[in-house]
Amino acid sequence: MIQTLFGNLAIFVLSLLVGFEVISKIPSTLHTPMMSAANAIHGVVVAGAIITASLAHSPTGYALTFVAGALAAANVFGGYTVTDRMLKMFTRPEPTEDRTHPQSPS
Amino acid sequence: MSTLAFVTGLAYLLAATLFVVGLHRMRAPATARRGNLVSAGGMVVAVAATVVFALVDSGGTLWGWLALVLGLIAGGSYGVLRARRVKMTDIPQLVSLFNAVGGGAAAAVAVAAFALHPSGPPLSATVSIPIVLDVLIGSVTFSGSLIAAGKLQGIVPGRPLTFRGSRLVNITVVTIALAAGVLALLSTHNLALLMAELVAALVFGVLMVLPIGGADAPVVVSLLNALTGLAVAMAGFAVDNQAMIIAGALVGAAGTVLTLQMAQAMNRSVMSIILGGFGTGDAPAPTGGQGQDLTNVRTVTADDLAIQLAYAQHVMIVPGYGLAAAQAQHEVAELAKLLTDHGVDVKYAIHPVAGRMPGHMNVLLAEANVPYTEMLQLDEANDAFPNCDIALVVGANDVTNPDARKPGNAVSGMPILDVDRARSVVVLKRSMSPGYAGITNPLFTDPKTGMFFADAKQGLSDTIAAVKEYVPA
Repeated sequence: MIQTLFGNLAIFVLSLLVGFEVISKIPSTLHTPMMSAANAIHGVVVAGAIITASLAHSPTGYALTFVAGALAAANVFGGYTVTDRMLKMFTRPEPTEDRTHPQSPS
Repeated sequence: MSTLAFVTGLAYLLAATLFVVGLHRMRAPATARRGNLVSAGGMVVAVAATVVFALVDSGGTLWGWLALVLGLIAGGSYGVLRARRVKMTDIPQLVSLFNAVGGGAAAAVAVAAFALHPSGPPLSATVSIPIVLDVLIGSVTFSGSLIAAGKLQGIVPGRPLTFRGSRLVNITVVTIALAAGVLALLSTHNLALLMAELVAALVFGVLMVLPIGGADAPVVVSLLNALTGLAVAMAGFAVDNQAMIIAGALVGAAGTVLTLQMAQAMNRSVMSIILGGFGTGDAPAPTGGQGQDLTNVRTVTADDLAIQLAYAQHVMIVPGYGLAAAQAQHEVAELAKLLTDHGVDVKYAIHPVAGRMPGHMNVLLAEANVPYTEMLQLDEANDAFPNCDIALVVGANDVTNPDARKPGNAVSGMPILDVDRARSVVVLKRSMSPGYAGITNPLFTDPKTGMFFADAKQGLSDTIAAVKEYVPA
């Protein structure tokens, strides 16, 4: 039991450090999609709902499974969908457009 | 270690790698969308591995799995529907809503881990402590995020809601939540105590966010986002699931960094935001503003602005909250397109907190098909201002206030866009009213500044019409 705890604590702390390192380099341009993407990632709580489902053997258990599953699914599906919607709008200038409208000063 | 545990562990390692690689790719606009998809791939791996593990390890009942599937369908379709239909200006409150449900799910998992524990030996402290922490944090983020979303949506008043003795009530509620949590730890399996903790934490979430001003709400959403990450990690400890621990910790760290950066860009400390009672958002400002002397102000019309723009070589557009509120991103993009086609160089100077939350303005402009290469960040924009013939400020105020360079006022030290270093300035704004910081902006009375008093959307439409007269299409 104590071994499991230490193993889990170690990955918890290391993940925190990785999180600080990876996130601190993101440009402000992407902060909103970034926040939304991080939000989608904590939708991994759906794994907790799955484990709850496998442990439920009573009406209380089924009710909690339903609630956890519904809330987690809204988080994970909604989170990834809205993040993708935002990010697909970030486009480079189209090269064809540049050729038809030269940037020379008039 | 059993084969099952080994395979699940490997799958979680892969999922964790994909989450980190995905987040890493989100550092640049060109790779960000792929990054999000990589992270989604990690999610699929984590979920699939968990399903296999749960089926083989404990099996469960048909009713349990049915309840799960029904829940997933109900919640999933609601989430996707809202995500597809949301207007880009309403993104902040949707992120807050998705954050709320995540926290709620984490709390529900903890309650289940506690309630479904078979009678027999009591839960060990390595499980019960995370459960109690998860219920506390998850419940606070659930109700707190809902109130924050309500404030951003305008359902809950944006002004700070305070009442006499609120601090005493807060302390009492927190004490009840903590005491119930500790007692739940010490007692043998008392669900009533855990529920008492949950209810008190829910009440505290509401009380914590109500006194926070609407303008500060995005910072609070970011903070709650970080807390939900921690709640999910705690849920991971409670059910011994590494994918949840890793992903939760990643989000906890990410949210913390974002929160600090947002607060810094707004020149506010996270502590003062949490203590609340500041940042009115919609109420009249405490100082200056109202009686401001208009004699030193030069006003311009849409025609004046159109001529200036048409004969400029380098134009810098500075979009702010007013543009987001008026949903004028399409108009500003149309104006920029018109000028670009005429041979004018047009760029956007985007302050880190322009819009309703950091980076929100970039999303709004991207929606209006503005390429991200034309959106300049603070430092790039400040290098470019001295070469600009005209800086067009649309609905921005405090982020352009030159007083930020002087000590002794509300915006001192705040990073600003050096709009006053452009050759000329036009500010499109509804009135002289001060911004969020509640102080006057000397930029508006600068001799090279023209004030164009109009609603952002209407003012830009008039300017577009005027430019078309001077510039044959």
